[in-house]
Amino acid sequence: MARITLDHLAHAYKPNPQGPHDYALKEINHVWSQGGAYALLGPSGCGKTTLLNIISGLVRPTRGRILFDDRDVTDLPTEARNIAQVFQFPVVYDTMTVRENLAFPLKNRHVPRDKTAQRVEEIARLLDLTSVLDRKASNLTADMKQKISLGRGLVRPDVAAILFDEPLTVIDPHLKWQLRSTLKEIHRALDITMIYVTHDQTEALTFADKVVVMHDGAVVQTGTPDELFERPAHTFVGHFIGSPGMNILPCQVEGATAFLGSETISLQRRYRTLNHKEQVELGIRPEFVQIQPKGAGLPVRIRRIDDIGRARIARVEMNGRMMAASVPENLSVSGDEASLRLDPRHIHIYADGHLVAGEALGGQAA
Amino acid sequence: MTKTLNNKAWLLVLPVFLIVAFSAVLPLMTVVNYSVQDTFGNNQFFWNGVGWFQELLDPSTDLGGRFFDSLWRTLLFSAIILLIEVPLGIAVALAMPREGWTVALSLVLMALPLLIPWNVVGTIWQVFARGDIGLLGWVVNHLGIDYNYTGDPLDAWITIVVMDVWHWTSLVALLCYAGLKSIPDAYYQAARIDGASRWAVFRTIQLPKMRRVLLIAVLLRFMDSFMIYTEPFVLTGGGPGNATTFLSIDLVKLALGQFDLGKAAAMSLVYNLIILAICWVFYTIMTHGDARKEGVEA
Amino acid sequence: MTLVLESVSKKVGASVHIGDVSLTLERGSLNVLLGATLAGKTSLMRLMAGLDVPTSGRVLVDDKDVTGWPVQKRSVAMVYQQFINYPSLSVYENIASPLRVAGLASSEIETRVRDAAKLLKLESYLDRKPLNLSGGQQQRTAIARALVKRADLVLLDEPLANLDYKLREELREELPRVFAASGAIFVYATTEPSEALLLGGNTATLFEGRITQFGPTPQVYRKPQNLVTARVFSDPPLNTLTIRKSGGMATLSTGGQARATDVLASVPDGDYTMGFRAHHLGLEPIGSDEIAIPATVSVAEITGSESYVHLDAGGHRFVSLVPGVRRLEPGTSITAYLDPRHLFLFDQDGRLAAASTTQKAA
Repeated sequence: MARITLDHLAHAYKPNPQGPHDYALKEINHVWSQGGAYALLGPSGCGKTTLLNIISGLVRPTRGRILFDDRDVTDLPTEARNIAQVFQFPVVYDTMTVRENLAFPLKNRHVPRDKTAQRVEEIARLLDLTSVLDRKASNLTADMKQKISLGRGLVRPDVAAILFDEPLTVIDPHLKWQLRSTLKEIHRALDITMIYVTHDQTEALTFADKVVVMHDGAVVQTGTPDELFERPAHTFVGHFIGSPGMNILPCQVEGATAFLGSETISLQRRYRTLNHKEQVELGIRPEFVQIQPKGAGLPVRIRRIDDIGRARIARVEMNGRMMAASVPENLSVSGDEASLRLDPRHIHIYADGHLVAGEALGGQAA
Repeated sequence: MTKTLNNKAWLLVLPVFLIVAFSAVLPLMTVVNYSVQDTFGNNQFFWNGVGWFQELLDPSTDLGGRFFDSLWRTLLFSAIILLIEVPLGIAVALAMPREGWTVALSLVLMALPLLIPWNVVGTIWQVFARGDIGLLGWVVNHLGIDYNYTGDPLDAWITIVVMDVWHWTSLVALLCYAGLKSIPDAYYQAARIDGASRWAVFRTIQLPKMRRVLLIAVLLRFMDSFMIYTEPFVLTGGGPGNATTFLSIDLVKLALGQFDLGKAAAMSLVYNLIILAICWVFYTIMTHGDARKEGVEA
Repeated sequence: MTLVLESVSKKVGASVHIGDVSLTLERGSLNVLLGATLAGKTSLMRLMAGLDVPTSGRVLVDDKDVTGWPVQKRSVAMVYQQFINYPSLSVYENIASPLRVAGLASSEIETRVRDAAKLLKLESYLDRKPLNLSGGQQQRTAIARALVKRADLVLLDEPLANLDYKLREELREELPRVFAASGAIFVYATTEPSEALLLGGNTATLFEGRITQFGPTPQVYRKPQNLVTARVFSDPPLNTLTIRKSGGMATLSTGGQARATDVLASVPDGDYTMGFRAHHLGLEPIGSDEIAIPATVSVAEITGSESYVHLDAGGHRFVSLVPGVRRLEPGTSITAYLDPRHLFLFDQDGRLAAASTTQKAA
């Protein structure tokens, strides 16, 4: 059980890092509280695996410290850190039964036999592995193997945190649902700090209470799933979270009005005068853009309509830019000309990629 | 349609069958033919039935006694070779570097002994171990140890075993190294997290992952050592006395030295069957776990 | 060309990899093979390509029997889950490689490679080596190489599975356009129902080596002809319960009864399996005729805009997908509402007995 503190942590794989570009992981300060469920989310090469390896002790950071509670573990090896890890590809000891696999970490730590047996039974029950306890671990399916990997971490009573490195990669979609909810239940039942690394937003958002979005070696936003969805602090977060991602359009803003080419949109917030050197953009999620028959609203051309089963998403073109919009259930579109209605409550303004706060108009605080 | 395809396939395999027939089956038939006859030269053959086999398998006869002596000698030799080379090969493989420029270097060094022809290996060691001009023999003698591989049976054995270990351990090591390289890093990380000792890592991860290559290594080393001929022939000629007369050397003596074709033919067949039987035993034992596993997966 | 599989089976030893598959794939069509790992997607593709010979049945190309023809004699290109490129060749040479083998004139090669590179947005990477590219670009290279051959049949075996989520989304959006530009038959294997829906075309659902349904993708999704198809084509997993209908009432295996309206009204009395997707199980009534199912919350997963609420209802595990953020504590008692217009009824052999007739987003 532990609170994890990342204190001025940075890492470069090059021996003598000069500028920030040499750092695979730029300076990060963060406290992960005991018992939380966190996700590190970002595309390949964003530094999330480097950070995970620093926490697990496989990589020693170039700068900064890492603390478990108040203990500095920066120089401690993996085995001295009381962490457990579940890898992308399931790791089980092939020659052992499931029971022996689960008992292995305790056996290595010379825990008395009866205590081990009891703990293994407990964990097996929790993970629904009781019926396969005496089977060879190598003969089981990938999702079972992942549960065994997890079980080997859980079985240790002293485990401070469990790290997950894209654990659902090789699991079939149907079983992902089960395994994901098992993870959540276990998190609730055991009160262990869990850190989940993934590039898959659905996995990150559904698993974590707090998601850390990383891009290019830096943290761009930390927040709850709804914060990330409602108020992306950076256009990258807007694009990366959501499927399809946020529509981001270059615009000009004066006070509470945005200008998109020849169109004007009234906003619900008043903005400071934005410098001409800054790149000003308007962001709105497809969920808050509705397509409607040609008429009032932004004129667009429909390029394609995707039927994703429970909804339809229109790909539209406006002034040469592609946007995604949702199609109301009972709307039948004919021809390719239509209009867009933007929900002003969900429009955000970005300057050089960063969210501009703005000031709520009187009486309409959002 | 499927039928035509199969017919075509048979046609393609036919040449191989013919080659195998001419190179293996026909000579083998000749051997079977000789093994049930007696010959006094001049192409005169007399039917002897299973006579040679009876004599061969009866230790109280001359032929039988000689056969069993060589057989035990050869089995002992193979056992010693396996007991030394397999653990040593594994140890060397574990000690080899996993990355960096030293990988290529160590691979080349390891492969060197394997590139030397058998008779050259024999000759090298024959010279190397001599007390008068050989580096090894001279050094050992000057350390005050009485060592003479041409006169002392134990010294002769030690020399042959050391020579074989020098020649072939790298084969085992290279095979094991290939097996070790295929283990993903995650396994080692997981073991560290689980608090596994170095020995536990070996027992639970490395050894199981090396099992398939070890099977090949054991089979190859067994067959090769059980059929060893050239090196001891060059080094000791089977002596001193009969101390290093292994089955293959004995067989050649019998067939070409004494020209007892019938006896030699019978002995070859029994020799052949023993190799097949022992290989089968090794194979069954070592693949025991796999068979069960694949049954479940299929 | 037209590719026809006639009662094709593939057995290896005692295990059936493909069981009695009949399928007709038309020129210029996109066909998705949807099924879990080991359902037989790869085995079926290997039979189509001629990498394997069926144990029984025939494979016809334009009415010509090609069963047993080796892959070299057929016009086939393949893209795999792993990014398979020649590491020592540039992207240009990688794409050009099948054309060099075919001995085309270099001017023709140049044109075709440039066209394919343009289609797959690889123009600025043509001089680079594949290993210096991102996973998405590596897979684009592999797809370009498959297209440039102008093979009659292009097989893609989970081509996006090894890519990051966002790259997958981006490439998935482009693929239908790429496919449409070619006249080949495309066969695309995936484990993900959402991928099948986004790609469109036709979908064949596979289960244990058999095709359970084949037709236009939205139709297979909305009107699964059997329970297995509905399960294969649902993500989150299909919610099911059994009912006994008698008179105007239906007794649910979750406990309780419901008035038999809509779909339920259209079937004779008897026992049925009722299937419904997560987004048709709400947590508030929207009309008056919903079927109320008492349940307890086991886990709530929040994606930011929606919530997946896992429910335990009388021993059944259901998933409900509702809009907005619903922070529900595990153990909370709740009533779930099932829209009677959006459910499937399957008879005891698992065949569709009745379904809603609405063709809207269902």
